[in-house]
Amino acid sequence: MKGIWRKKCIFVGIRNFTLSDMYSNDQLQEVSTQVRRDILRMVCAAKSGHPGGSMSSTDILTTLYFNVMKQDPATWTRDGKGQDMFILSAGHMTPVYYSVLARAGYFPASELATFRTFGARLQGHPSIRKSLPGIFQASGSLGQGLSAACGLALGKKLDKDDNFVFCLCGDGESEEGQIWEAGMFAVFHKLDNLIAMTDWNGKQIDGPVAEVAGEGDLAEKWTAWGWNTIVAEGHDFDSIKKAFELAKAGKGSGKPTMILFKTEMGHGVDFMAGTHKWHGSVPKPEQLEDALKQLGETSLGDF
Amino acid sequence: MKKYIDTGKKDTRSGFGVGLLEAGRADSRVVALTADLKGSLKMDAFAAEFPERFIQCGIAEANMVGAAAGLAITGKIPFIGSFAEFVTGRVYDQVRQEVSYGKANVKIASSHAGITLGEDGATHQTMEDMALMRALPEMVVINPCDFNQTKNATIAAAKYVGPVYLRFGRPSVPNFTPENEEFVIGKAQILNEGKDVTIVACGHLVWEALQAAEILEAEGICAEVINMATVKPLDEAAILDSAVKTKAIVVAEEHNMAGGLGEAVAGLLARALPTPVEFVNGKDLFGQSGTPSALMAAYGLDAQHIAEAAKKAIARK
Repeated sequence: MKGIWRKKCIFVGIRNFTLSDMYSNDQLQEVSTQVRRDILRMVCAAKSGHPGGSMSSTDILTTLYFNVMKQDPATWTRDGKGQDMFILSAGHMTPVYYSVLARAGYFPASELATFRTFGARLQGHPSIRKSLPGIFQASGSLGQGLSAACGLALGKKLDKDDNFVFCLCGDGESEEGQIWEAGMFAVFHKLDNLIAMTDWNGKQIDGPVAEVAGEGDLAEKWTAWGWNTIVAEGHDFDSIKKAFELAKAGKGSGKPTMILFKTEMGHGVDFMAGTHKWHGSVPKPEQLEDALKQLGETSLGDF
Repeated sequence: MKKYIDTGKKDTRSGFGVGLLEAGRADSRVVALTADLKGSLKMDAFAAEFPERFIQCGIAEANMVGAAAGLAITGKIPFIGSFAEFVTGRVYDQVRQEVSYGKANVKIASSHAGITLGEDGATHQTMEDMALMRALPEMVVINPCDFNQTKNATIAAAKYVGPVYLRFGRPSVPNFTPENEEFVIGKAQILNEGKDVTIVACGHLVWEALQAAEILEAEGICAEVINMATVKPLDEAAILDSAVKTKAIVVAEEHNMAGGLGEAVAGLLARALPTPVEFVNGKDLFGQSGTPSALMAAYGLDAQHIAEAAKKAIARK
């Protein structure tokens, strides 16, 4: 079912995608641009939050929710029965997560204005205690989400539910040992319905990954761990779509898939792009104004 | 006083194994996970009968906790099993984030708890686990007293909706509660009514408390013995009703002072009904190698020490 464009939001409806039924790259770009606007405006309104990684994973999550995932926002339940599921293991990337969920129809975009405020459903890191549709599990303490995703994937196998479980990790997050415990577990238990993604932007709080902990070649590591490993360009919609296509074809291979998306922290705004400094920093008002000008407006409209 | 018969010593972890199998037969959503300790956790019978519902996680406890949470989210009722230290201290953040904060319906089957783990020594013996689990909001903490009660508590845990920490032990101990008595979470059991002093105990110390009551009876002291199998939520009414009556309390547990049943009871009394309390616990010590019975005696976790504490409490009235 194709999206119908309206003035302030995209009508999503029931998404039962076949790979031939895809949004054009232009359409995805429009959503991504709006998501980047949302990210910066949310973080500035809250005076805290994590824009850098949110912006590096924007194109990935936009494609995931608007092209790939089988879902129905209107009838969403936490047990995900009969639907695809998603875990944001890099839990600090709530700005992109909440924006994508809102723009996909899980809750009104106007609610993005409440991000991180007292009493808001949009907690600083994903919470399942505020009845926010779309959130399957709490996250934020890095390294744990991939394990939860393994549990979801295993649950689906036990229930003979043919759908996929997706999980987004950070490359800095991949310094946590538990990521690799989950990596071993997924291979041993043949979780070929599990598609993990790494936002491979090469940056973490204290600097470039290579200078902080030097985790080397993630592609070699995941391949050695026994996963189907795909490397893709995280800001190129053709590459992203192709990666998901290949990943989904892995069902039946008996192996989980890791897509390593090469991305740029802060992508989309010139003074934010390519530096580690914007992991958790808030743009000043004049910087926000500059950023929004660079991004340009979209037909979806700001919250 | 009321007499209790030991029908034959059995280990409480075997009670868990039997309870798990029964729970698994009653509800197909029950699944079991372990971190390379299937035999020690007595999961063999469950694994043999429900091979597709038994999930070996290998020596990777942190991942086991997260995977269990994921399974719970899809609607399963997962029991995760390992030695107590390795499902509490070792994975505290994981339990907190994935199970507690994440409200995942996971049951933590915590074996070899306390000093009676024995010869492996202090790296494996935990006397802090109940403190850690009590500190987690909404976590139910259960320490059943014998094989039968552990079986029944396991069945109750499977039916309860919410995270449960179920703590039991390695050695064979007296088995004296009814075989099929329904375990009611949050309800203390008055094992013996008395008027002179109240002994509140949990786990392996309950049988010791009953023996202490016998010692005291011979000296003309009538002790009320309460099995506080659910440490959280505490059965506050049972404690207060008894304290009003006896005005002297002893709390006995196979756990250190910090954050255990004793401090839970003392905290309640301080708030509601200040009463002299004496404590029988591991104080502020690590364990060490030894047989379970040698260790219990050496660390003062036995009937003799409970009886002495009871007399001290009475003297403070």
